[in-house]
Amino acid sequence: MIKRMVLYIGNPENSRQLKRIGYVMLLITVVADFFVERHHAHYIWDKIPGWGAFYGFVSCVVIILVSKFIGHQGGIMKKEDYYD
Amino acid sequence: MTEWFHPAVIFILGAFLVPFVRGKAQQAYILLLPALAIFAVYRMTAGDYWTYSFMGNQLVFGHVDKLSVVFAWVFTIAAFIGMVYALHIKDSGQHVAAFLYIGGSLGVTFAGDYFTLFVFWELMAFASAFLVFASRNQQALAAGFRYLLVHIFGGVCLLGGIILHVIATGSIAVGILPKDGSLAFYLIMVGFILNAAVPPLHAWLTDAYPEGTVTGAVFMSAFTTKTAVYVLVRVFPGTEVLVWLGTIMALYGVVYAVLENDCRRLLAYHIISQVGYMVAGVGIGTELSLNGSVSHAFAHILYKGLLFMGAGAVIQMTGRRKLTELGGLYKTMPITLCLYMIGGFAISAFPLFSGFVTKSMVVSGAAADHRPAVALLLTMASSGTFLHTGLKLPYYMFFGKDSGLRAKEPPLNMLIGMGLAAFLCIGIGVMPGPLYHLLPFNAPYHPYTGDHVTSALGILLFTGLGFFMLLKKLDPEPTISVDTDWFYRKGAKVFMWVANKPLAAYEEYLTNIYNRWFSAGFLKLADFFSRIFDRYVVDGLVNGVASFFMGLSGNLRRAQTGLVRSYALVMLVGSMALIAFYLIAYQM
Repeated sequence: MIKRMVLYIGNPENSRQLKRIGYVMLLITVVADFFVERHHAHYIWDKIPGWGAFYGFVSCVVIILVSKFIGHQGGIMKKEDYYD
Repeated sequence: MTEWFHPAVIFILGAFLVPFVRGKAQQAYILLLPALAIFAVYRMTAGDYWTYSFMGNQLVFGHVDKLSVVFAWVFTIAAFIGMVYALHIKDSGQHVAAFLYIGGSLGVTFAGDYFTLFVFWELMAFASAFLVFASRNQQALAAGFRYLLVHIFGGVCLLGGIILHVIATGSIAVGILPKDGSLAFYLIMVGFILNAAVPPLHAWLTDAYPEGTVTGAVFMSAFTTKTAVYVLVRVFPGTEVLVWLGTIMALYGVVYAVLENDCRRLLAYHIISQVGYMVAGVGIGTELSLNGSVSHAFAHILYKGLLFMGAGAVIQMTGRRKLTELGGLYKTMPITLCLYMIGGFAISAFPLFSGFVTKSMVVSGAAADHRPAVALLLTMASSGTFLHTGLKLPYYMFFGKDSGLRAKEPPLNMLIGMGLAAFLCIGIGVMPGPLYHLLPFNAPYHPYTGDHVTSALGILLFTGLGFFMLLKKLDPEPTISVDTDWFYRKGAKVFMWVANKPLAAYEEYLTNIYNRWFSAGFLKLADFFSRIFDRYVVDGLVNGVASFFMGLSGNLRRAQTGLVRSYALVMLVGSMALIAFYLIAYQM
């Protein structure tokens, strides 16, 4: 069963269907965030519905762009034989 | 049987018998030892055991309380799982090194005094280096020696701090240090945070772990940093600087993981990131956040072990370790992929996986302690964790561009080892009660509240959206990243260049001045004297002295090898001798 599931996910022919499932999951998560109780919120942003989704997306983009910028422009990334 | 038995003794004494048993008997034996140790931990009750008086000090080998027991549980469980994974290894030396390493780790865990702690601390460093050497290639050998040298430096700092502490207070008992800003406080802290891989003292980890053997790296990922977290919880709770070091650490690992191409080095950077949460939790120092650090260490050992096992399985079956050279393995290694993904979901803190019930405790601890910036930055780092460990690495390893590799699943024992870890990752996530029950402090916590679940899912799933949108940007590149190990890998060369070029030029300049102004004058004077004084008598004397010094300098020149390594060793031995002298002269 595991093998069939993995083969299904890996098959490029199913990518459209997988994408659709993905979008539905994103939608459900955001919608659900509007209907939960918020007794434990410490800060103002914890009270905004959809905050997690927004912050997650922004974090991801910031991490990728900033890291790649530092890596390429900051001279962090070197050729593989740098230390030889 | 006595009322208490030290599990470290099982591993350390047991290790010496490993080479004498062969084949199936050896396999049974290396599983029996961790099983016995788990049983010893199960039987434990709080108290001080195995105490000895030594030169007027009280040595405590068995300081048992809730904090040491929870770490002993996870160390012995990880030892068992790691041994199942390593069952097919015929190289007895690796098993011996692993057992000594685990024994050292448990020795530190139960040490009630600083001297015992230090001895086991050093045992860990030396034993684990052999798990790197066991790879038996030039690269691993060099990385292993760098690893050892850095840990010896950390050990010297720790020993120096301990001695200053003992001189100042007269007590060697391990306990919370007064935050007095003394040299002892900072030296002990440097010794500890070096092992916790806190930047800039972290590069030994990402340098050495990816060079370890496939099975050795699994052990290494579990013990060194988490033992350091344990001693930090014991000695430095509530130290403000650790909050910020931990937060920086959590993000530092994430940034480097974006750039990394070597699969196990990427995972190693995420050890740094995850240990950052624990270090920050120690720094915050409330009961909730300390519980968070401890439980996160517990969960981390299991899921990080699982991730290293998964990446190790791919390396073993394909012989490749770079993401640029892997891809398309999902067709032939589906079980490895699924087990790896369980580890990936656990480290990313998906609901129903272990990371969710432990990492959130640290973040909640930060929020409850009125540290919004820390809570936000740690949440950002958890987005990065899923981005790399849960998405980037499996995508480029198992899916992505087909590399044409058709590697088979790894041997059954490796899959079983991974399965055990995966079972615990889900078990803790679904049923956190037993783990929470083991935690040292009384701070009730409920991870599964509605808003918590939806916001965690929002962060993770939308990270996934960002990943697929920026997929082209994330393609791994065949590069290596310069980190703080540059200072001792390239720095030594820079030092030699400075010694050769500018210093030599400066010396030549001085020599010229000397020759022109002094030597010329002295030559004339000497000429004058040589004519007046009896040149034969004086010459004889001078020639005798000169030939003596020529001979001496010839001998001295041989001692000057010009190798930075030799000089460092001499300095190290010298400082150890000095410390030992002070210890004997002032303390005893």
